[in-house]
Amino acid sequence: MTDFSQGRTNVPMGGSQAPGAQTVSGSRGLEFAEPLIFEMHHEGRTGVDLPDVPVSDARLNGMRRQGPVGLPGLSEPQVVRHYTRLSQKNYGIDSGFYPLGSCTMKHNPRLGEKAARMAGLGDLHPLQPFSTVQGALELVDTLAHWIKTLCGMPAVAMSPAAGAHGELCGMMAIKAAIEDRGEAATRTRVLVPDSAHGTNPATAAACGFSVDSIPANDRGRVDVAALKAKLGPDVAGVMLTNPNTCGLFETEILDIADAVHAAGGYFYCDGANFNAIVGRVRPGDLGIDCMHLNLHKTFATPHGGGGPGAGPTVLSDALAPYAPVPYIVHDAKGLRLVERQADAGEGEKPFGRIKGFHGQMGVFIRALVYMMSHGAEGLLQSSTDAVLNANYLRARLGDVMSVPFDGICMHEVLFDDAFLHDTGVTTLDFAKAMIDEGFHPMTMYFPLVVHGALLMEPTESESKETLDGYVATLRALTERAKAGDVQFFKDAPRLTPRRRLDETTAARKPVLRWTPPVEDNA
Amino acid sequence: MSVKYTQDHEWIAVAGDTATVGITDYALAQLGDLVFVEVPEAGRTLSKGDEAAVVESVKAASEVYAPVSGEVTEGNSAIADDPSTVSGDPAGSGWFFKMTLSDPSELDAMMDADAYKAYVDGLD
Repeated sequence: MTDFSQGRTNVPMGGSQAPGAQTVSGSRGLEFAEPLIFEMHHEGRTGVDLPDVPVSDARLNGMRRQGPVGLPGLSEPQVVRHYTRLSQKNYGIDSGFYPLGSCTMKHNPRLGEKAARMAGLGDLHPLQPFSTVQGALELVDTLAHWIKTLCGMPAVAMSPAAGAHGELCGMMAIKAAIEDRGEAATRTRVLVPDSAHGTNPATAAACGFSVDSIPANDRGRVDVAALKAKLGPDVAGVMLTNPNTCGLFETEILDIADAVHAAGGYFYCDGANFNAIVGRVRPGDLGIDCMHLNLHKTFATPHGGGGPGAGPTVLSDALAPYAPVPYIVHDAKGLRLVERQADAGEGEKPFGRIKGFHGQMGVFIRALVYMMSHGAEGLLQSSTDAVLNANYLRARLGDVMSVPFDGICMHEVLFDDAFLHDTGVTTLDFAKAMIDEGFHPMTMYFPLVVHGALLMEPTESESKETLDGYVATLRALTERAKAGDVQFFKDAPRLTPRRRLDETTAARKPVLRWTPPVEDNA
Repeated sequence: MSVKYTQDHEWIAVAGDTATVGITDYALAQLGDLVFVEVPEAGRTLSKGDEAAVVESVKAASEVYAPVSGEVTEGNSAIADDPSTVSGDPAGSGWFFKMTLSDPSELDAMMDADAYKAYVDGLD
């Protein structure tokens, strides 16, 4: 076959084709071997005929291009086919089960897609006068109302672009509050449990805090005694993920909140796992000072394809005054945005602006449609079913795989690799074999609290039939691993367009840019 | 020269009042192939337990902690340039950094080779 390896990771062994499936073209059946678009370049070919552009030194102040831009020459049908084929290679929640833990890969209802495409919403521009976008502002304000109600919190900053950005917003609000108290120089530490999301310590560090990690106890929860021992007048706050990355509810969260507050710190909660508790627990009742929501996880807006997210951050009374601009206010002329710190009202001390415009409108629309079409009872049903599905996997797989922590889990179930002990099969090998069976692997090697983690989050979207098929596959793979068929796992995946990728070389020597092959000019 | 080990899987080889620090075979086996290594600059002062270096594999990112207090005299630029050199010889040319010891008594509580082997056997 043509060597299309330029700019890609090479396959370490066995070639890119499944055994016995070699074809002349490199394609298999109607699964196409698709080159990079640059490799399909044909000099002088274009999709449209354009007149020659006159050469002029006067344009762009004489900044003439020195050489060709290097855009590939293709016809329109070639371009259409190229991107259609790439989209067919993509695996998403619309293709099948996607049990990636801590990611809440749930179905995106088409109703939300329809609403987001309505001309009155889809064609808006963020710089339109307020008088022409009253409906859009009302939509954002209504969504903010739903978020505040679900969280039991008095305020929400809507502009953060995604989860980690929401964390940044929350920690910047904490920092602003501490500066306002005149304690910026002394409160410099943030406590982050091992079972928190990996972005939490990064966010604290980005805000200039030093990070102290708190170990998990043998129940997979925060070691509260260890946390209390580290609290003091130098602690700015604690960042907790609840439910945590072991899929477990932090049962001592009220005690933790009281202890943090008694020590003069603030309590940040990572809300990425909110899907487990929507409608059942209000973060405000748990003593939380700020928490981001991942609208793109919990409230079913496109996610996992690298699409836009939205990470609104709810704030307690203590932190609300520091909410960033812009935010919506009502006055005699209707709704408008406060865009500048200088325009803030009495008692408001916005810490600044963290996003160019006002937030991710397309995601807001989908999230509000999701909330309103479910209603309060429907949202509770969703989170309940998400927990039920995770526990179904735990119950159906727990006897052959290994569950490190006893008891009911929340929206995701964590296994460790003890069940693979002495088989020679690793978590990674096991995951690769799942791909051959048509299942996207779960999250691997995270959280670090357990050895060789396999973290699965089915969400409420999956039917019992899907889960039963998944369970049957994993039970069969487990049996095969325990029977000693190591090579089967080391060779996986066999049935994919590319075999096992060389992740080590890809990370050590990444080739991020295509360059024309030298022999082209020969 | 004596070699001691920490529960976080660093080794420290002491000769007089200077020492060489690296990570153990066990640590390497747990991490898998290293893809990125960051070593401390000479002159950095470390307290026992400080994050001294960073290792990243395809599985995880992790810190290498200072086993004792002291000052870094040299970071191993060879492993930063090519992390695969650690895999070949973690106890030798794959060393991470050299340092002076400000309090040699910190070594007393650390494990020797036999104790570390027993500790690692207990982890599986």
